[in-house]
Formats: sequence, C-alpha cells, structure tokens
Amino acid sequence: MKKHIDTLSALIVGLIFGIGLIFAGMTDPSKVIGFLDIAGNWDPSLAFVMGGAILVGFIAFRLASKRTTNFIGGAMHLPTKNDIDRRLIIGSLLFGAGWGMAGFCPGPAITSLGTGNPKAVIFVIAMVAGMALYELADRFLHQPRSVSAP
Amino acid sequence: MTIDWNHFTPGMSLLGGVLIGIASALFILANGRIAGISGILGGLLSRRPGDMAWRMAFLLGLVAAPAAIFALTGPLTATIEANTEVLVIAGLLVGIGTRYGAGCTSGHGVCGLSRLSPRSLVATLAFMGAGMAIVFVMRHLLA
Repeated sequence: MKKHIDTLSALIVGLIFGIGLIFAGMTDPSKVIGFLDIAGNWDPSLAFVMGGAILVGFIAFRLASKRTTNFIGGAMHLPTKNDIDRRLIIGSLLFGAGWGMAGFCPGPAITSLGTGNPKAVIFVIAMVAGMALYELADRFLHQPRSVSAP
Repeated sequence: MTIDWNHFTPGMSLLGGVLIGIASALFILANGRIAGISGILGGLLSRRPGDMAWRMAFLLGLVAAPAAIFALTGPLTATIEANTEVLVIAGLLVGIGTRYGAGCTSGHGVCGLSRLSPRSLVATLAFMGAGMAIVFVMRHLLA
C-alpha cells in the first residue's frame, strides 16, 4: 500500500512540476536561450523561475531537514555529499554547454515529449544515450583491474 | 546588454517557479526525495529492483503536463532553432554532464540552492556560466 501511495504521489508531483515548467517558459528553448544570451537582447524571466522555486523550496527543505521519515512513512533521502570536486565542475560545465546549444535541460525536454515535437524526441534520445554512456563508463572504470596497461 | 521587454514574462515565470517549488516541496516532504530530473531519469538506467515505479511515475507526470495545459489554455508555443546535429550533440552533453556532475537545473539549481548547498551553488554557477558562454559563441561570434 505504502509503495502505491509513493508511486501515485510521484505521478502527481511530476505533473505539477511539468505544469510549472510550462507556465515558467522553460519548455520553450528560444526563451531559455534568450535568458542565457546576456550580451544580446536579454530576457530575465528565468531568474524569476529560480526565485519563485527557491522561495518555496527553502521553507520546505528547512522543514524536511528536521524530519526522520517522510509523510508516507518511508525514509528521507537527503543528499549527504558536500565535496566540490572535479566531477562536479566538469560535469556541470558539459551540461551547461549542451543546455546553451539546444535550450533544453532534462525536465523541460522530457515534458516536451508530451507535445510530440520531433526535435524534443531527438534531444531526449541523445540525452538518454549520453546517460547510458556515462553509466557504462562508470561501471567499466569502477571494476577492479586485473591486467595493467602496457 | 538590452532587456527584451517583448518576451519578458515575470508574472508567469514567477508562477511557474512557485509551482516547481511546490512540486519539489511535496516530493521531499511526502516521498522523501529530491526532485532532480536527471537523477530520476538516470537512476532508471542503473536498474535497481524496487526503485523503478516512482521514477517512471514522476516522468509520466512530466510527459502528461502538456496535455493538461492543452485542455486548459490550448497548445504550447515552443521554438527550437537547433538542427538535428546540434540537438544530438547537445543531448549527449546534457546526458553525460548531468550524470557526471550529479544534477541539473532542478536537482542543483532548485533543490540544492534551496538547501543552501555550496556544492550545488558551484554546480549552478558552472552550468549557467557554460550555457551563457556557449550562447555568446553561437550567437555573437559564429553567427
């Protein structure tokens, strides 16, 4: 039962999140690029998206940090990592480069699948391929090596 | 720099942002999880048993959002200028980068900054900086 409520809650949250992205203008890549184009005709709208989201998020995460279980009764999965390392910076730079090129980040791209736009489909297939490549490389690199390179 | 007043939508963007914040709030309080889209999607690929249903449900909710909006206000407007080659390269970069850097605009940009995480602040500055730099190169140097 708990598992079903967890799944249903995730569905509703995903829907609200997606509607938020659409209202915000995040599902329109030209608007996203208009925000990133600070040297051109700059559209500051997306700063308001971040502001609105963080305003609500800040209160929620303060409440969440005091809890040991979630409302459904399961565990709290709060991040524990706080190291600022090469992975974090290089990964974020690569992500930002792709974001600027197409104007899509993961949430809006997946949401746009629901519009049936073929360009969104191409982007999401490439994005999932990139994630799969990362997954494969990660598994390969973390396997104990028995033979050293010549 | 000039301000693009014709496309500036502070009210709708703030409303959208608040909804994104409410969704992130519900997800951490009800489900006990971070609403980080790249992590939710990427986690499907590691195929841990018992960890698939909520991920699929969340992504299904996202995909259903345009239909919900269509019913309320009509079709969405989206202009995607990138051609197929650019979309493929950009998609690969976003896929690899968000997994390597452990987050995207939602996980680091919204949830991480809401938690006042220095790690997420560095990630957000890095991806915003890289995004602005690429747009500068593509729009003002190459175009």
